Amino acid sequence: MVEARREFILNAVIVLALFAVPLWALMAGEPFIISLATRVAILALAAVGLNIALGLGGMVSFGHALYFGIGGYCAGILAHHAFSGTPVAFGLSGTNQMLVIWAVAMALSGLVAAVVGALSLRTSGIFFIMITLAFAQMGFFFTLSWPAYGGEDGLPIFVRNQFPGVNTMRPWELFLLAFGVLLVALVVFAMLRASRFGAALMAIRQNPDRAAAVGISPFGVKLTAFVISGMLTGLAGAMMADLSRFTSPAMMAWTMSGELIVIIILGGVGRLCAPVLGAAILVGFETLFGGWTEHWQLWLGLVLLGVVLFARGGVIGLIAGREGHG
Amino acid sequence: MSLALVLEQLLNGVQFGLMLFLMSAGLTLVFGVMGLINLAHGSLYMIGAFCCAAFAAMTGNFWLGLVAGIAAAAAAGAIIEVTVIRRLYARDHLDQVLATFALILILSEGVRLIFGPFPLYLNVPDVLRGTVDLGVTRYSLYRLALIGFGIAVAVGLWLLIAKTRLGIQIRAGESDREMIAALGVNIRWLYTVVFALGAALAGMAGALVGAIQSVQVGMGEPVLILAFVVIVIGGIGSIKGAMVGALLVGVIDTMGRFLLPRAFATFMEPSQAMGVGAALASMLIYLLMALVLILRPKGLFPAHG
Repeated sequence: MVEARREFILNAVIVLALFAVPLWALMAGEPFIISLATRVAILALAAVGLNIALGLGGMVSFGHALYFGIGGYCAGILAHHAFSGTPVAFGLSGTNQMLVIWAVAMALSGLVAAVVGALSLRTSGIFFIMITLAFAQMGFFFTLSWPAYGGEDGLPIFVRNQFPGVNTMRPWELFLLAFGVLLVALVVFAMLRASRFGAALMAIRQNPDRAAAVGISPFGVKLTAFVISGMLTGLAGAMMADLSRFTSPAMMAWTMSGELIVIIILGGVGRLCAPVLGAAILVGFETLFGGWTEHWQLWLGLVLLGVVLFARGGVIGLIAGREGHG
Repeated sequence: MSLALVLEQLLNGVQFGLMLFLMSAGLTLVFGVMGLINLAHGSLYMIGAFCCAAFAAMTGNFWLGLVAGIAAAAAAGAIIEVTVIRRLYARDHLDQVLATFALILILSEGVRLIFGPFPLYLNVPDVLRGTVDLGVTRYSLYRLALIGFGIAVAVGLWLLIAKTRLGIQIRAGESDREMIAALGVNIRWLYTVVFALGAALAGMAGALVGAIQSVQVGMGEPVLILAFVVIVIGGIGSIKGAMVGALLVGVIDTMGRFLLPRAFATFMEPSQAMGVGAALASMLIYLLMALVLILRPKGLFPAHG
């Protein structure tokens, strides 16, 4: 119980810090730091999505960049058509309303996750890792060579999309929006983990045969989790495209999938706030070390190697102890 | 579209496939014997290419460069195995993916630190310059030599695994590692040798391909992902599967890029057909992999029953 309480306090500190740092930056007039915090919040959201599949369900998806990219392209393509006043397809027009874009992004990435999941979950272990990678690579090469939406040059979003009551061009307001969505996603994750569904999912991860013996269908439960996971990551992709006002195949690159896994591992697999802490560490590392040396990835690699070899519970595990996740 | 062009593309596909085989053989051996997913295999390919290019530029001799590239990759492989990889055998796949992902970051930046940020160039050796007449078409002698080299290495590897004492130990290690340890084989040493052997093959592929592409940081990762496609199609752990998978991937990828845009051009506008054809062609091998996994979840030649 001590560990659980310690983890609860740690979670509160992490979330408050993510709020306090940009608030300080707002007072100090440092819009760059606010944008960095927004990036942390959005990457964390993407990783919360992956954490459902990977942390709770034990499904090592090496292709979540696919959903991230689908979300990004939803935002890019809809905004592109809204900007140029041309229909997307079948007479449907584009939009610059984030709520609509988010709904489309989640629906589409959920749909793709359902297809990919249904096919991939026939395999397990290394085969599952590789087939999810293969599907993401398909998406990557498709966007790379499909000329209609910029191909390898990517697709710019000239005017940031709108959200009712929010001026999305102001860094602080955009941060609050991303932070709010992240909080909702964290609550969804916590509720999911505490629910019967979450218990079934974790039971399947620990022992699929026993779970099946007590009447849980592993395939259906895992697929549902995989779809929810893809939807959240897709939502994050749409928001990331709006933050950087740019969508490109790089969002679907396999290194992006790797980065999402790295974020979760740095934080601690299956932990509620692992994505937030992991994303903060990654972005912080990139900004701090990237300023000092162009070889910052060397140091990131060494830190990551250290965490994998010697600190298997991630940073949260180091501080809050090994227990605390199902 | 002439017969000459088709033959040329087909040979390109076979050559590409054989180079992929050199990459995949090591990857599949390491997985088969040690049960390890090694994402850093592409970095060994890169190390082979860089050391070959640098040494060839220094000595003016491609062959010395090739030997240096292979040796450097094997040495790097052995060092990595002893310091890092050895700790990962007992871990789950997630830890292996992450640790070797970290190794990619470290090795890529390390190579950039040593050799600088600019690509190196490696020339085709003088003896293999020019083209040969194949009757219907002229074909690059160097690429033809790569085909011959690839086949020779494949035969050598088969002899090593089928006929030598080391090969017997490797095969025994694949089927029951506790048993061969109990029989007095030094399993730690065997693992290091297998890993270094795979690294040497990857370094060889990097050095050989380096002469027809530019040698740069990040060159290993696209090949690595293709090599994973190959071994998943072929069946992880199976050398025969790696050979079949590599040839399939090499030929289908090359022919797809060549034929699909032309096929679409028969019923679409040429500019559009190029785009659609190229997009589909680049997805083709991943479609093939997904299809194989769906129909035969353990690959075409499953190594363990």
